[in-house]
Amino acid sequence: MKTCLVVDDSSVIRKVARRILEGMGFQIEEAEDGKKALEFCYGTMPEAILLDWNMPVMDGYEFLRELRKLPGGQAPKVVFCTTENDVAHIARAMHAGANEYIMKPFDKDIVEAKFAEVGLI
Amino acid sequence: MTPLDYDYLRGFLKARSGLVLSNDKQYLIESRLMPIVRKQGMAGISELVQKLKVPGNEALASKVTEAMTTNESFFFRDKTPFDHFKEVMLPALLKARAARRHIRIWCAAASTGQEPYSLAMILKEMGPQLAGWRFEIIGTDLSGDVLDRAKAGSYTQFEVQRGLPIQMLLKYFTQNGDQWVISPEIRSMVHYRTLNLLNDFSALGQFDIVYCRNVLIYFDQPTKIDVLNRTARLTAADGYLLLGAAETVVGLTDAFKPVGDRRGLYVPAEKAAQPAPKLVALAGGRVA
Repeated sequence: MKTCLVVDDSSVIRKVARRILEGMGFQIEEAEDGKKALEFCYGTMPEAILLDWNMPVMDGYEFLRELRKLPGGQAPKVVFCTTENDVAHIARAMHAGANEYIMKPFDKDIVEAKFAEVGLI
Repeated sequence: MTPLDYDYLRGFLKARSGLVLSNDKQYLIESRLMPIVRKQGMAGISELVQKLKVPGNEALASKVTEAMTTNESFFFRDKTPFDHFKEVMLPALLKARAARRHIRIWCAAASTGQEPYSLAMILKEMGPQLAGWRFEIIGTDLSGDVLDRAKAGSYTQFEVQRGLPIQMLLKYFTQNGDQWVISPEIRSMVHYRTLNLLNDFSALGQFDIVYCRNVLIYFDQPTKIDVLNRTARLTAADGYLLLGAAETVVGLTDAFKPVGDRRGLYVPAEKAAQPAPKLVALAGGRVA
């Protein structure tokens, strides 16, 4: 079973994402900011990361840049999932090594489409 | 809505657009037509039916017909029809049309434009190898309103996230408030016109590829057969037909044959009867 790390400071969003992703057959781990997500990745690299941008302590962008520097940190497919919906943010995220990008609000169809796009399902 | 109103509307829609409603679709009629009833200040569906019965009320008749058609569409919908385009149809046709360098594509139920624009983006992505080629993409639909949306090429955030890879969004769209607008270079590759598949469409000319997805499902058997047979007449002998995931030609017409394990892909029957097993080789063989 593939693991997806859901990184979002909103417990509501994490819960919604968990329900959708578990329905798609993923095992879910949660982190409430970039730092906690990074700590998780030091231990185990998940196959997928659903990543919010704006979070306290360490934001999603910073997390992604750190992740990609780690040994094995190129492996996880990272899908941003954020309210930042302008071209500049999207381009920055892709440049930093994101694989796909979801603009909130999202639903099951969008998550499925994006995960399929990067070959996770 | 009385049973007589419902029967009238079923007959009306069948004649106008080929839409076949089973005898339990009153809710669908209500949900789609009540906005028109309210907008026109009518008392209910019965009054709408009375107005439709008055000859010459074409504007209202079109509104009702269009409101009942399903226009859901998204970019690269179902994915495989676009894989077939890249992996089967284009390689074969690029060989077969090497002299003419002209390929015609018809999207027969283009709706709000996502399907023809998806094809246009694939062609654009192929870049220099298509230099000197002319691709004509014609999108038709029963509804003038949805074609206006297709021509505008403006989509909501939801619409651009179902099936469209983010890199393509960045490359081929610009943001305008909460809408995403397709680039003029992609928009200019597609031409639209209003067309009812129940009417004669032979004037469209011959096509190398026909996408006719998720429209036959709304028709009854004789209408499906008729549309498929007339489509066969304007499909090139070495051309292709794409149907939706829930559609088939099997049991309807011998004019098309399915292509092996390529789901939804069909070729005119004479071509399928030829011996060569591989499509690419087959199309190449026709040229030589």
